[in-house]
Amino acid sequence: MMGRLKGWFSDFTRTPVWKSVFRHKMPKDPKNRALAVLTNVFLHLHPVRMRKQGLRISYTWCMGGVSFFLFLSLTVTGILLMFYYRPTAQHAYPDMLDLMESATLGLMREMHRWAGHLMVITVWLHMLRVFLTGSYKPPREFNWVIGVVLLVLTLLFSFTGYLLPWDQLAMWAVTVGSNMARASPGLGVEGPGSQLMAVGGVPLITAGSDVRFVLLGGRFVGEGALLRFYVLHCIGIPFIFVMLLATHFWRIRRDGGISGPGKGGPMAM
Amino acid sequence: MDTIQSWINVLFRPQLLIATSILALLGFCRYRKFCTQNKFMSAAILGFPLAFFAVSALEENFWIQFKRPDNVPISFMLWFVVFFIWLAMKKGVENDDRIAEGRPVYEAEPEEEEKVFVWPDLVYTELLCVLLISIMLVAWSILIPAPLEEPANPQLTPNPSKAPWYFLGLQEILVYFDPWLAGVLIPTFIVIGLMAIPYIDPNPKGNGYYTFAERRYEIFIFLFGFVILWVLLIFQGTFLRGPNWNFYGPYEYWDVHKVVPLTNVNLSEFIWARLLGVGMPSFWLVREIFGLLLLGLYFFALPVLFAKTLWKKFYLQMGLIPYVLGSDLMLWMLLVPIKMYLRWTLNLKYFVAIPEFFFNI
Ligand code: HEM
Repeated sequence: MMGRLKGWFSDFTRTPVWKSVFRHKMPKDPKNRALAVLTNVFLHLHPVRMRKQGLRISYTWCMGGVSFFLFLSLTVTGILLMFYYRPTAQHAYPDMLDLMESATLGLMREMHRWAGHLMVITVWLHMLRVFLTGSYKPPREFNWVIGVVLLVLTLLFSFTGYLLPWDQLAMWAVTVGSNMARASPGLGVEGPGSQLMAVGGVPLITAGSDVRFVLLGGRFVGEGALLRFYVLHCIGIPFIFVMLLATHFWRIRRDGGISGPGKGGPMAM
Repeated sequence: MDTIQSWINVLFRPQLLIATSILALLGFCRYRKFCTQNKFMSAAILGFPLAFFAVSALEENFWIQFKRPDNVPISFMLWFVVFFIWLAMKKGVENDDRIAEGRPVYEAEPEEEEKVFVWPDLVYTELLCVLLISIMLVAWSILIPAPLEEPANPQLTPNPSKAPWYFLGLQEILVYFDPWLAGVLIPTFIVIGLMAIPYIDPNPKGNGYYTFAERRYEIFIFLFGFVILWVLLIFQGTFLRGPNWNFYGPYEYWDVHKVVPLTNVNLSEFIWARLLGVGMPSFWLVREIFGLLLLGLYFFALPVLFAKTLWKKFYLQMGLIPYVLGSDLMLWMLLVPIKMYLRWTLNLKYFVAIPEFFFNI
């Protein structure tokens, strides 16, 4: 039985269709293993060879990789959610109910929410391991800085997404969060120094023109805020995030791969 | 049983919880060898949180908070933070022993330095991780439905109103600091401080391997910020803060009518009214002069003083600008627990209170 299956499979690998997709055999020797990575669009962010230590899960905890995979899962489930969801005060909540009650394979909302929470945690743990292995030290200083921005963006992802179900939990969590903006020094109505921002006695910073208003598109968490958060969550933040992520990965390679003792400056591959 | 529970409720009061956690962290770093190499101690460190959650889950009030879908990941996180810090410390201690004996660290062993091909070695590991995470995520999603509450209603404020869980540490700080600090300045400082780490850390050692002895100050400061001021405060904000943001023990019922007297006093009142027995001056600069002086000393004189004495070594290693940045960021970090304890002991409200300009610290 197994033998026959194997036979069919190897027949299939000789068809023109198979050969057009996979140009090479399963690589077994050094040269072809190198080529497998270099010539594959998904793999080529990797180096060809790496130190064994960088493979150890006890060294990296795999937390950067897991964060990235969670990000991919979030993208897929998020796209599916967008089919069902309309960001208006009238539709958002009923769409949520429909999604949970009548959509086929109605796990998307769960998967999106739990992967989102999980990603926040894995990114923190990734930062912890990078710190504890001293991997932010030269030459990786700037990649750490990029990492911090990625961390902030991860939180913003989560925060903007929190509003979208448009239930009590969502609205009030975002109200508590965005009330802080009201107190921004110089830029919020109740922030220190904002009274100084006046021209000829006319205040520039009012409840209708401070940073909170810009963030929410209104004086309170309403439909304007829902639309803004939706656009940021689905377009704005992902756009910046993906660019920084590519830089983050690229720099890991340019900095000589996963950190290790006795490795100084960048080295090729 | 009831008395044990009420004792544990008391132990979890923020005053005690934060102090014991700081002591535990210090003890863990000081007796790191015992804590990570001794089997029983390791089992105790890793098993205790699990046992605590397992036993507590039997208690009704604890269970109510524990089983909330959004709180499940937080409980996971608490254990994983303990586990990973323990693991890193274990590997660090082992490497420190090697260094002391003049041997290479584990990560520099010839076998570890050996080069392997990314295909198949790394690609397989990645595939395995992906499979594992996918299975876990699907199982979790089947077991625990995502919460959906009543439709949004601007007229009806829930009590307590909580920010998303990862900001609850900041919401906790909001009890002690005004929004412009807790919600704007302190988060900004956290981000700037994190970004600045590679540029203000003068220590070239410990790059690319686990160690504690070679980086003890950096690691302790970072763990203090991460474990105590971030993770612990999130735990507190999630499980121990109920209606009106009052404090509730882990086994305490969230009673909306719990009344906690608020009798907080500003530093200026302490000095002018209670100490000097005269009225409050009306001009704000005079009224707040003591608080302004105190904070001025704290942020400007202390770094100078330390640069000449206790931290001279760091000052010389770091250079002027990194030293000023690093020490002031650290003083901000320390201001958080300092203010908390002053609130709990002296009911201090603000060091400086200038409501005229929304400027309260
Ligand atoms: C938003 C999500 C992030 C993703 C998806 C991500 C992904 C990764 C991956 C896949 C690696 C390879 C090694 C590993 O898995 O540990 C890595 C390494 C690294 N990351 Fe991240 N990262 C993120 C956030 C961060 C943060 C928050 C920091 C620090 C503040 C950071 C700093 C670094 C540094 C310095 C390295 C190089 C480590 C070394 O060479 O050992 N990253 N990142």
